Amino acid sequence: MVAHFVMSIDQGTTSTRCILFDRGGRLVSVAQREHKQYFPKPGWVEHDAAEIWRNLEHLAPEALAKVGVSAAQVAAVGIANQRETTVVWDRHTGHPLGRAIVWQDTRTDAMVTEYARRPDAAIVQEHSGLPLATYFSAPRIRWMLDHTPGLRERAERGEVLFGTMESWLIWNLTGGVDGGVHVTDVTNASRTMLMNIKTLDWDPELLEFFGVPAAMLPQIRSSSEVYGTADRALPGVRIAAALGDQQAALFGQTCFARGEAKCTYGTGSFLLLNTGDTPVHSTHGLLTTVGYRIGTEPAVYALEGSIAVTGSLVQWFRDSLGLISTAPEIETLARSVEDNGGCYIVPAFSGLYAPHWRSEARGIIVGLTSYITKGHLARAVLEATGWQTREVVDAMNADSGLALTTLKVDGGMTSDNLLMQFIADVLAAPVVRPMVAETVSLGAAYAAGLAVGYWPDLDGLRRNWHRAAQWTPSMDPARRDSEYANWHRAVERTFDWLQPAPDTSG
Amino acid sequence: MPGPVQSIERAAAILRLLARGSGRLGVGEIATSLGLAKGTTHGILRTLQGVGFVEQDKASGKYQLGATLLHLGTSYLDINELRSRAINWADALASRSGEAVMIGTLLDGKVLIVHHVFRPDDSLQALVVGALQPLHATALGKVLLAYDTQAAAALRESVPEQLTRRTLVTPTALNREIARIREQGWAAEAEESTLGHASIAAPIRGYGGLVVGAISVAGAVDRLFPSGGHPEPTLVEFVQNAAQMISRDLGAGRW
Repeated sequence: MVAHFVMSIDQGTTSTRCILFDRGGRLVSVAQREHKQYFPKPGWVEHDAAEIWRNLEHLAPEALAKVGVSAAQVAAVGIANQRETTVVWDRHTGHPLGRAIVWQDTRTDAMVTEYARRPDAAIVQEHSGLPLATYFSAPRIRWMLDHTPGLRERAERGEVLFGTMESWLIWNLTGGVDGGVHVTDVTNASRTMLMNIKTLDWDPELLEFFGVPAAMLPQIRSSSEVYGTADRALPGVRIAAALGDQQAALFGQTCFARGEAKCTYGTGSFLLLNTGDTPVHSTHGLLTTVGYRIGTEPAVYALEGSIAVTGSLVQWFRDSLGLISTAPEIETLARSVEDNGGCYIVPAFSGLYAPHWRSEARGIIVGLTSYITKGHLARAVLEATGWQTREVVDAMNADSGLALTTLKVDGGMTSDNLLMQFIADVLAAPVVRPMVAETVSLGAAYAAGLAVGYWPDLDGLRRNWHRAAQWTPSMDPARRDSEYANWHRAVERTFDWLQPAPDTSG
Repeated sequence: MPGPVQSIERAAAILRLLARGSGRLGVGEIATSLGLAKGTTHGILRTLQGVGFVEQDKASGKYQLGATLLHLGTSYLDINELRSRAINWADALASRSGEAVMIGTLLDGKVLIVHHVFRPDDSLQALVVGALQPLHATALGKVLLAYDTQAAAALRESVPEQLTRRTLVTPTALNREIARIREQGWAAEAEESTLGHASIAAPIRGYGGLVVGAISVAGAVDRLFPSGGHPEPTLVEFVQNAAQMISRDLGAGRW
């Protein structure tokens, strides 16, 4: 039977989705299921990896059934996943050992501070391209090894396997305990802090630094190649791509040339700039990461600006303050006033990510007067996303020596016209939304389709990209400058809020 | 003019009775209070329960006013919420049809454009979100007219502007058009607002089937009406399909 579709699996932080795409890159069917978030202690965030696998077992057939398609009509499946989330499981029983530790989890805070004091700490950034932070996987693996009796010995004997979500899902799809394939891709591996950013292999010095046994690690493969054939959930379908979700969005936006960038606006926001086949070392607080690697071709690198809180600030405004009943209503409320009324919100809820990397910063609302209404607060919420984007773009321009001329955007917040206009205004550059807002899923589908010849080449994918909307800057430059200066002053006021805990040991 | 409908009068009496009391009432109590047969009362209660106007307490089996009734006056759909819920299907419609897509809602006798997807040919286009368009001369507007009796009545009392030779302006012509749209479930216009331009639209229904907006494709008349007199059937099908997908996501149920 002729293969008409490619499927993508988007294993995200709050839900898992299976989407079918046709050859034109058009969305044909969607099936989605949320999974439980566990918050056992302040700062801890966990997922049940077994629940996520069960969800996928249901969702893949459901997405096919919705449009009456059989697995035989699916050319390949690609996976895009939440990055840095750490799963450890038993090779012989197939059961996860404890819950997965999610990327937002900050339990390794003290451990990371200790690591940073070590004389050899500089090798981390040098070899992995990442700053020492709780955000990445290596300290989490170490935490699990230290807190689970007998785990280290079993890991050294190869009885226990580590993976990020794509490794866990591929291993299960390809048979689990019956011959499951234990692999990861370069983009996900580049977020573990254990991979050498130049050799694209596990780095012995980093493994030594974090005390992680090599026997538990998956094999690093490219982002677009056939890893194996599914015998569960999608029997007979080739698994032909895996990328971290933000890298998948870069691919879905067809940012294939050096200098092309995209920003995905979700819970947090992530701006990735394609820097070609050389890793660019950042001096402005950006991460050096792998963008993608197709088959045996050289890897394509990216600079990444990670912003922790954007969409989640709107969720906080809805759920914790109760000032709106649905997220999109923020735009309605913000439009009830002309401007921010002098009010700024800096959402440093768990510190600030790029370009500041200040874990001790905490959020503030400044400029409050009796004039301020909830409408002004709504403006300040949206503007916080705009200014955080501007800070990251400035850092990108400084690091890469390129000036961003257009920003390609995607993600849920792109349906907010007021926000998109504001971003164009503060960047003084056009903001463009592509026809398919689901670029994370599309990117995984593209990489999988490319690996099996469903799509012939990158140019073919590029031709599928169409502009759905464009916002053109219209803010007075003097106003832009004075507002940006206000934002800077607001950000400075968040620094040094959290004091080191008093030393009670002695 | 037909007389009052007895079962609706009875339903209203039941709602008034439930609103008056402080607690819940059983079927027997309601039937006795209103002098109705128990079977009739039960049937009306079941119907009211089906639309959410009354709720039955699981433990006691007694009835009380439902949450839906309490929110009846405020159950509007925010336009930014509508855009957010429709965006994926609007993109898919633009991609399939090769035309620009608009979503509109009713605002003070005009169509307010709440979402716009460019025609996917990467030519220079400007967002028209926030623009107002005439109700009587666009496909979006005519759909909204067909499913909003107040707007239709208001239009009849005004003098609709003759924008082109083809604009429908007489009450007879507009009434006939509205009846046809209700029957076929979609609207189209060729050069009724602008020369060389055409559009095809279908209603977006929200919770309970209420029309909350309309979605259209808009473009050159020779592409949308290739045979002259009738809109391209595949485009009509694409538009209806997108409207149904959005309506389903908004909880429109069997629509």
